[in-house]
Amino acid sequence: MHRPLIDIKGVRHAYQTQSGPLQVLDGLQLSVPDGGFSAVVGPSGCGKSTLTRLIAGLMKPDDGEVWLNGDLVTGPKSIVGMAFQNPVMLEWRTILQNVMLPLEIVSTNMSKREKEDRALHLLALVGLEGFEDKRPSELSGGMRQRASLCRAIVHKPEVLILDEPFAALDAFTREDLWQTMHAVKAEEPFTGVLITHDLREAIFLSDEVVVLSGRPARTQYVMEVHLKGPRDIEHLYTPKSADALNILRHQIQIAQGRAPAEEAAQ
Amino acid sequence: MSWKKVAVPVAALIIFGFFWELLVWVNGWPNYKMASPSDLWPAFWKFRWLFLEYGWDTFWRTVAGLVLAVLCGVFLGMIMGLSRIMRDALYPLLVGFNAIPKATVVPIIALLFVGQHDMNTILIAFLISFFPIAVSVSIGLSTLEPEYRDILASLGASRFTIFWKIALPKTLPEFFGALKVAVTLAFIGTNLMEIVEPHGRGLGHLFDSGKISADYPLMFAVLIALALMGILLYYVVVAIEKVFAGWAERAPT
Ligand SMILES: Nc1ncnc2c1ncn2[C@@H]1O[C@H](COP(=O)(O)OP(=O)(O)O)[C@@H](O)[C@H]1O
Ligand SMILES: [Mg+2]
Repeated sequence: MHRPLIDIKGVRHAYQTQSGPLQVLDGLQLSVPDGGFSAVVGPSGCGKSTLTRLIAGLMKPDDGEVWLNGDLVTGPKSIVGMAFQNPVMLEWRTILQNVMLPLEIVSTNMSKREKEDRALHLLALVGLEGFEDKRPSELSGGMRQRASLCRAIVHKPEVLILDEPFAALDAFTREDLWQTMHAVKAEEPFTGVLITHDLREAIFLSDEVVVLSGRPARTQYVMEVHLKGPRDIEHLYTPKSADALNILRHQIQIAQGRAPAEEAAQ
Repeated sequence: MSWKKVAVPVAALIIFGFFWELLVWVNGWPNYKMASPSDLWPAFWKFRWLFLEYGWDTFWRTVAGLVLAVLCGVFLGMIMGLSRIMRDALYPLLVGFNAIPKATVVPIIALLFVGQHDMNTILIAFLISFFPIAVSVSIGLSTLEPEYRDILASLGASRFTIFWKIALPKTLPEFFGALKVAVTLAFIGTNLMEIVEPHGRGLGHLFDSGKISADYPLMFAVLIALALMGILLYYVVVAIEKVFAGWAERAPT
């Protein structure tokens, strides 16, 4: 049987707060096959960012296990790349130096020249050719997010974790970045998890959409996306896509407690 | 373009001196009320060697106090910025200490280490100026957005690497902002001590002798010398800031 590259087995996690423990994840299951790309959607505050921190090894689950490429995660690993909603850039570095940052941490056998070429290649891939020597403050939000994406994959991570990376962008920029994501996916062999609250984004970018229940989050529903390979925005306006979006929207309402769960039995 | 950078402030100084002179002349103020710029030059010239000698004393003591303040301030700021417990423990102490008027500390120090002029003066300059540095560094470190840390932490970078590559450079603009305040404070500290301590040295002492011998132009000349020294040191800090934290400056738009 094909072994999943990301395998999350029944993780539970609670934060200690002033008013006692806050159970955030409760027996969450998620597996993504090698080269796959899963989107995770769920009500705001249900524990999606917590999930990304567990996958990245930045926190340990109270219970359950996270496996990446056959290894149990016990701490941060350089096979992971991350990008966040807030595309933080080191303002004192140029864009190129920002993108190359992970290569200063992860040991590779690349020469300085090769590292630079790799970073420049990625910048060109996301449409930032010619911006390598600019400062982050000279870039728009969308451009910073593109650079942040380059930084997340520059060290060729096996696992890419994206935590609502496009959420703060305007609709047009966001759709541009979806296209860019497909261009990047076509060239880079990572296995990905995308956290999002945009259902169209979820089916446009992923192979599988996972709906989490409200807090404490558990896996409520998994949908295989009918679209395959690189896509066009028009694919979002077919009857099949409309059906998929409707099902997902309904699942979110159940997760938010706004629709009775019985109807979900399919 | 750069000659303007010098010419504009110099012109401002000259205009300021002119109006000062005019004010004193129009009001017919005697020297003991307000000396005019034209009285200052003779005072400078008469005591030129003392100005050089005492000016140097004041200068190096202030710089020494500042260096101490930077070392201790950054160290304290680091401890408070990186550890919540230490912040909770040290903050009230520091605030309380800072609230004590330093003029009251001066005689205590002077009595504590009688005759140690250099040490006493440096100590006061240090005590009065380390607080803003400690606070700014601790705030800079503790308000670092978690994403900054996570970029490197998710790759398995050590705490030290994160501090060195991200937290430290990110705090530099705040640090220099505080250092500019600290420069002025350190001068105040140095002079407080120099004025109060008997048989002292430094410009503060020269000011005190001017007072005792009712040489008002001398007193004003000391004030001007102090102002000039303050300007000099301030711009030294600005120059260092340009080198290390110039990136934080917004391009003019
Ligand atoms: N460090 C923390 N300490 C205490 N509570 C936290 C912490 N981080 C997140 N939470 C809480 O846990 C819940 C889930 O957070 P998060 O994983 O960020 O949700 P999401 O990304 O799905 O919006 C939220 O209610 C949040 O307030
Ligand atoms: Mg979140």
